[in-house]
Amino acid sequence: MPSNVSVAELKAKAKELRLNIVETTFNATSGHVGSSLSCADMLTALYFKYLNVDVANPDWEERDRFILSKGHCALAYVPCLAMKGFIPIESLADFNKTGSAYGMHPDSKKIRGCDASTGSLGHGMPIGVGMSIGLKMKGINAKVVVMTGDGECQEGSNWEAAMAAAKYKLENLIWIIDRNKLEIDGPTEEVMPLEPLDKKVEAFGMKCIKCNGNDMEDVDRALAEAWETAGPVCIISSTTKGYGVKKFEGDVKMHYGSFGDDRKDLQVYIDEINARG
Amino acid sequence: MGTAWNTYDANKMSSGAMYGKTLAELGEKDPRIVGVTADLAKSTNIGVFGARFPDRLINVGIAEQNLFGVAAGLAKTGFIPFASTFAIFACLRGGEFVRTDCAYQNLPVKIIATHGGLSFGAAGSTHHCIEDFAIMRAIPNMTVVIPADAYETASAVKACIDVPGPFYMRVGRGMEPLLHNSEDDYEFKIGKAMTLKEGNDVTIIACGIPTRDALIAGEMLDEQGVSAQVINMHTLKPIDKEAIIEAAVKTRRIVTVEEHNVIGGLGDAVAAVLAESGKRCILTKIGIPDEFGPIGKPEDLYAIYKLSSQGIMETVMELMGKEIEEDDWDDED
Ligand SMILES: Cc1ncc(C[n+]2csc(CCOP(=O)(O)OP(=O)(O)O)c2C)c(N)n1
Repeated sequence: MPSNVSVAELKAKAKELRLNIVETTFNATSGHVGSSLSCADMLTALYFKYLNVDVANPDWEERDRFILSKGHCALAYVPCLAMKGFIPIESLADFNKTGSAYGMHPDSKKIRGCDASTGSLGHGMPIGVGMSIGLKMKGINAKVVVMTGDGECQEGSNWEAAMAAAKYKLENLIWIIDRNKLEIDGPTEEVMPLEPLDKKVEAFGMKCIKCNGNDMEDVDRALAEAWETAGPVCIISSTTKGYGVKKFEGDVKMHYGSFGDDRKDLQVYIDEINARG
Repeated sequence: MGTAWNTYDANKMSSGAMYGKTLAELGEKDPRIVGVTADLAKSTNIGVFGARFPDRLINVGIAEQNLFGVAAGLAKTGFIPFASTFAIFACLRGGEFVRTDCAYQNLPVKIIATHGGLSFGAAGSTHHCIEDFAIMRAIPNMTVVIPADAYETASAVKACIDVPGPFYMRVGRGMEPLLHNSEDDYEFKIGKAMTLKEGNDVTIIACGIPTRDALIAGEMLDEQGVSAQVINMHTLKPIDKEAIIEAAVKTRRIVTVEEHNVIGGLGDAVAAVLAESGKRCILTKIGIPDEFGPIGKPEDLYAIYKLSSQGIMETVMELMGKEIEEDDWDDED
């Protein structure tokens, strides 16, 4: 059951997450900033309202599961877990440093509260399907949420998993696609067209919900609907890569961006994130 | 020897950049050459070829199985496809397509895999690739080359056109220092090991990025009174058996150095040649000890796994302290 958290509170959390993302990138000198900023609102809503998890007991069997299939967004995911209380917020300073538990891609053996090690694209949905079947077999009524990128949808394994999700009627499975319309080599529709993505998802036997993934009210609405739907269900979350810092928005180069070592630049990003509503 | 870590301008002369540049030059002369990639045109530098010949670079999106299937299809219609992605996705995600579509049909698909070994350090184990030597070596028809730096990368890219079947080459992320000063410094022949330094007490056989450190270790050992021979085994398959056996007979001590799991790579290839030869020799393998490694800067990870010059030197010194049991074998001739 989603908890009772207001959109205003979620917005404030999303802002805090964006600040953590740019701060962590600055400390690490570089990172998947664009990809991480695009999905920050969705991650926030999931962890601060929807996912039923227990910070004191991360392995609690009845918890909802979350798989960050676009694992290169550990830069958003790890700070989010830290804000939630799974790991100390100070440890974000170690991000990407030699020997740290937190690198560019999340390692479930090292990160408290992380349900799956990801980073190789196209793995989240198959693992999610397996978890979802497993929970059903155990009679546990928990959600399994998988977040992929949109370019990531070009991996056939997603569609193999989608077929299985329909076959096994996985009511508890939610697939979120962060539709920021960019991948590494350019716009998805130029590199390898995905549209009509909603029709494809529906043809594979999933209900499709659409939202503006950078508008918290709309994110909240979409998640509420997904939570109440007997799945498998898919949310196509339209976002802007780099959302929150004008300079990064829609810039394909900011998929993996390098920050200089001038704190003044960082301050500009911080001020901009703070100034936004 | 070329430049060192940090002082090296990765964008100008990285293995990746050299690959893109060399392929574009080859493409001018040879219309059979085409490129195939999976949303990594920029990252692998095959995009340099693509910028020169937009119609000859096929980007299949993030879909590595399709990448190698498409490459095989192109080869079947008379092209020489260069297929590029990160090493881990070439050998494992697309692996069966490499084996069954490219190698089984003995097609001239040239796989240039980047970000191999620990070179994408902070990306962690999803992106570290310490299994490709073992996998690619075990695929029939496959030729496997691991260049030591950007110059050797250029040499290998040129040489692989004449290899009739499938070809696998692994390079790093492109931040590593250079071993050579130019392509004129050495003779590059697929299947022929390169002696970088002569010596009588021990032989260091290395491949890939740590080869430069192996050579530095060899020089450090000289100062300690140990005469080390250093061999660059850039071709893993077919491996230069003669060079290994000669080294065994000459020095009786061999240390292998590779940015790979100690299982199934260069060390095991050398071990097999030694065991089958019947020559008396003691071997130490330096590599990743069958574990998923930590995250971190590649140079830090190399130090952790003794792939740095210091680590190699220390390992050799340990081996020098070991007794080689005398036996009554007569293998001198
Ligand atoms: C199997 C696999 N192939 C290639 C990569 C390299 N890679 C990392 S992120 C990325 C692009 C992802 O694009 P998208 O899914 O649209 O996510 P975004 O970063 O735009 O949010 C690629 C190709 C990978 N991590 N895994």
